[in-house]
Amino acid sequence: MGELEGFYALWYREIKVFTREKSRVVSSLVTPLLWIIVFGGGLGSAVSVAGVNYQVFIFPGILSMTILFSSVFFGLYIVWDKKIDFFKEVLVAPLSRTTIFAGKMVGGSIDSLIQGCGMLLFGLILGVKYSILNVLGALVFMLLLAAALVSLGLIIGSNMESVEGFQLIISFLVFPMFFFSGALFPIGNLPHYLLAFTVLDPVTYGVDGLRGLLLGTAQLPILIDLAVLGGFAAIMIGVGTWSFKRLK
Amino acid sequence: MTYAVETENLTKRYDDLLAVDTLNIQIKEGEIFGLLGPNGAGKTTTLSMLSTLLKPTSGSARVNDFNIITQPAKVRQSIGIVFQDPSSDDILTGWENLYLHALMFGVNKDRKKRIDYVLGLVDLRERANDIVKKYSGGMRRRLELARGLLHNPRVLFLDEPTLGLDPQTREHIWQYIENLVKTEKVTIIITTHYMEEADRLCNRIAIIDHGRVVALDSPSTLKSKLGGEVIKLQTRSPNLDQINKLDYISSVKQTENAVILTVKDASTHLQEILSKVGRIESVEVRTPTLNDVFLHYTGHEIREEAGEGGMMERIAQLRRGN
Repeated sequence: MGELEGFYALWYREIKVFTREKSRVVSSLVTPLLWIIVFGGGLGSAVSVAGVNYQVFIFPGILSMTILFSSVFFGLYIVWDKKIDFFKEVLVAPLSRTTIFAGKMVGGSIDSLIQGCGMLLFGLILGVKYSILNVLGALVFMLLLAAALVSLGLIIGSNMESVEGFQLIISFLVFPMFFFSGALFPIGNLPHYLLAFTVLDPVTYGVDGLRGLLLGTAQLPILIDLAVLGGFAAIMIGVGTWSFKRLK
Repeated sequence: MTYAVETENLTKRYDDLLAVDTLNIQIKEGEIFGLLGPNGAGKTTTLSMLSTLLKPTSGSARVNDFNIITQPAKVRQSIGIVFQDPSSDDILTGWENLYLHALMFGVNKDRKKRIDYVLGLVDLRERANDIVKKYSGGMRRRLELARGLLHNPRVLFLDEPTLGLDPQTREHIWQYIENLVKTEKVTIIITTHYMEEADRLCNRIAIIDHGRVVALDSPSTLKSKLGGEVIKLQTRSPNLDQINKLDYISSVKQTENAVILTVKDASTHLQEILSKVGRIESVEVRTPTLNDVFLHYTGHEIREEAGEGGMMERIAQLRRGN
């Protein structure tokens, strides 16, 4: 009972912050749109991949990128929370750490999901046609991806003391996760020494699953995508809960 | 007699630094109790242990009769805390901050009424729907005071409640705290390194230095225990041998460029002291302040350190051999 209200409180806070920081939401959509319109449009005029226009081909990849960046950053943001002491106030509340983690994780995932939905709408303008069923499937993938990556961000954030390490995380984790995921190219084209990274990159399975659902051009069976992504999300949520439990 | 807080050899050690050293204090219900000491003395660490944010290295404590180690959830439910640094969410309004707190602390009965009531206690009703970013430093403190009280805690911890506030705002916050004790039946525990604050607000204070309690009593008793008035002589080369022979001087403390004496009937003896001490630059006679009490027990003055960072930063400073 008390835990449920605490969970609601943490989520309520995230939604309030999300709706108030409109500039953050808008700016988080600018980069993906630039990728699709400028990069995809420019290259797409000359190239088509897997039977679709390049601009359309990268759309599920850029959709994943939107979720990747906003989710990891959301998680990392608790470094800031810790700094301004707001988080102390949460930690001292009579709530279990599992609840605190769940509140943060769900709040962040929904933020990312809303941004992802913005991208889905943009897909319609691009001329990507999807059925309701496909959109529902895509939402499941987006939610799993967001939950896993918000948890990843929270794990890193809860073990970090200052914001100085942000750039390091972006360069060595977030960008590689994006580039190796096959967001911008079919993964079959990679030399096999790079393919290893792609196989290890959990975002790959999100991109592939979304591509299958939205464009019908997946390279892996959708159940494998779903299983790997689901497993990754479960592990991240587990490790995240554990990190929160040992947070001071 | 039951105590609101009772510690038993409470100790916290960080590697080679003993932040809190076998602390034994009893805080009575309904009093304002002060932990007075310089930055790095272990006040915030003590507070963090009592509020179950930090685990003690050894020893234990009971807060509202709940054990801080075995019953942390019960302890948290029964206390309120106002942290040293601002801890309200500045993207939310004052009301929303309180609403979140009410949800997290399980205030179910008449939630909105209770929020309205605590807002009234700190005169923030009119600004309740403004975003906290637009609040002044003093208003934020008041909001945090209100939040600390929201769930009817029996003990309220205030960590440096007026740190970084201007004198006028500080005076206001003091008035609010004094009113709280009258209207809400709550025990208040304050940490501070401001002497005036401890003197003005606290029924009893524990003077803490290097993690240990060096004196504990009411401010007036502590001052009168010094026995007499204080004479401060600005001098670089005092003739201490002569001074030490005078039997009406109860204590002699030397600082960098001054000698501070505690003297019975200072006005009658001043002449003789001046003739014996040697060359002086100035002299000051006054009734003792808590500053003198602090100096008496610790041998050094409480200093305003430049860095007012978080606890860990201060520990790091100490480690660097300060």
